[in-house]
Amino acid sequence: MDGFLYQVMAGLATGGIYASLALALVMIYQATHLVNFAQGEMAMFSTYLAWSLLEAGMPYWAAFGLTVAISFVLGILIERIVVRPVENAPVLAVVTVFIALLVILNSLAGWIYTYTIKPFPSPFPKEPLFGVHFLSPHELGAICVTLLVLAALYVFFRFTPLGLAMRAAAQNPASARLVGIRVGWMLALGWGLAAAVGAVAGMMVAPIVYLDPNMMSGILLYAFAAALVGGIDSPFGAVIGGFAVGVLENVLGAFVIGNELKLSVALVIIIGVLLVKPSGFFGKVHVSRV
Amino acid sequence: MLLETKNLRAGYGQTRVLHGLDFAIEKGSITALLGANGAGKTTTLRALCAMVKTQGEIRFDGASLAGLATEDIVRRGVAHVPDGRGTFLHLSTEENLRLGAYTRRERRTVEADVERMFGYFPRLRERRAQQAGTLSGGEQQMLAVSRALMLAPKLMLLDEPSFGLAPLLVRELFAILREIRSREGVSMLLVEQNAAMALDLADRAYLIETGRVVLQGTSQELKNNDSVRRSYLGY
Repeated sequence: MDGFLYQVMAGLATGGIYASLALALVMIYQATHLVNFAQGEMAMFSTYLAWSLLEAGMPYWAAFGLTVAISFVLGILIERIVVRPVENAPVLAVVTVFIALLVILNSLAGWIYTYTIKPFPSPFPKEPLFGVHFLSPHELGAICVTLLVLAALYVFFRFTPLGLAMRAAAQNPASARLVGIRVGWMLALGWGLAAAVGAVAGMMVAPIVYLDPNMMSGILLYAFAAALVGGIDSPFGAVIGGFAVGVLENVLGAFVIGNELKLSVALVIIIGVLLVKPSGFFGKVHVSRV
Repeated sequence: MLLETKNLRAGYGQTRVLHGLDFAIEKGSITALLGANGAGKTTTLRALCAMVKTQGEIRFDGASLAGLATEDIVRRGVAHVPDGRGTFLHLSTEENLRLGAYTRRERRTVEADVERMFGYFPRLRERRAQQAGTLSGGEQQMLAVSRALMLAPKLMLLDEPSFGLAPLLVRELFAILREIRSREGVSMLLVEQNAAMALDLADRAYLIETGRVVLQGTSQELKNNDSVRRSYLGY
């Protein structure tokens, strides 16, 4: 029983990271109706930035904050420079841009930092946090950081005029312009936020999976699964989906199918959701009149 | 003059819809644009907000609107109640209202204005926290008018506010528009299919046919015009 509980808790820890990344995917999906395949590589690149800052001798939390800020700006720049020009292009063209972004960021990281696997420090102490023994301090810390990020985003989107304007711009751009919202900037801001959230996810997962240019490929798959389970257009669903996928992956990996087949859990979830409930558990069902 | 257009032309892609429209709106007045389906009424409103490609001159409040983006024109005080109502379907009624005041900086008066809108349209108060998509057509129209008023606009563009509403609701809505004009002094440009209602409310009116002004005058003059009477008032 203790083993089971341990696996569930560890699942929640990684699930929080999937939840953050899934939320970043949903944020961009809501604004553009497209899935940003480069989301994982953006997070990976941010993590390397953090590593550089730490190597340069910066204290952890300062490097953490600076990385989040830089990622935010980079996210905005990516939207302005790369995504903006294909705004009205066919879906396939935009997807190609996203995949190109994925490949470019991956190669760039490999070129700058080499493909050698690097350890990435955890900011949390070695002794158990808050007297909790069934979770490693890093796992518990990562859960707390994730929950803080999610809460901050919730408050931002729910209670600030700017958050409301971003939701309005994503939902109904034409109407948003008519109340004076600069829709283009709201989209850019969305990319910035998604990049910042991804950066936190990257820094929280790096101590577990180690730092290398391909560190996020598997995690992005779980995030896709999480976003789909929750419903690709539901931020709340993405978060729940993230934790659910994390727990499921860990429990199945430990007791049923073994660690080697863990990643296929994500694929099975993706295919299963698409077959049985394409709108996810919290997503809107789209009905069109013909 | 609050708004003046000269040789206003606009269209969609290769198709020209407005072929040189000249009209003016006096400060504090209600002006009606009448015309059959496809005459270019909605396009005129869209042209004023730069929602379509436009040529020609538009002067608003003493300055040219040429080259400005929709959101900048809105920031100068032009509120548009669009065709189809433009409701933010997944946001609450109150959030829809607050969005109307997005460009205003003084947060405190916004609170008071939300209450003032609920005063005009008590039904919206009952629906305050409800998702706007679940509102009836009439309620969404009230919401669209209130959202536009939340901007504290100088000019309000109303695109067929009577569309899809029951006759009783239309009368109620027009009575409130009249009240809003006298209380807030906001000028209105009203596009309507329901010519009788529009002429009752408006001070002046323009009749457009295939993208050109064919007749203009005070509402009374248009009511007395034989061809308007036969074609648009139906008696």
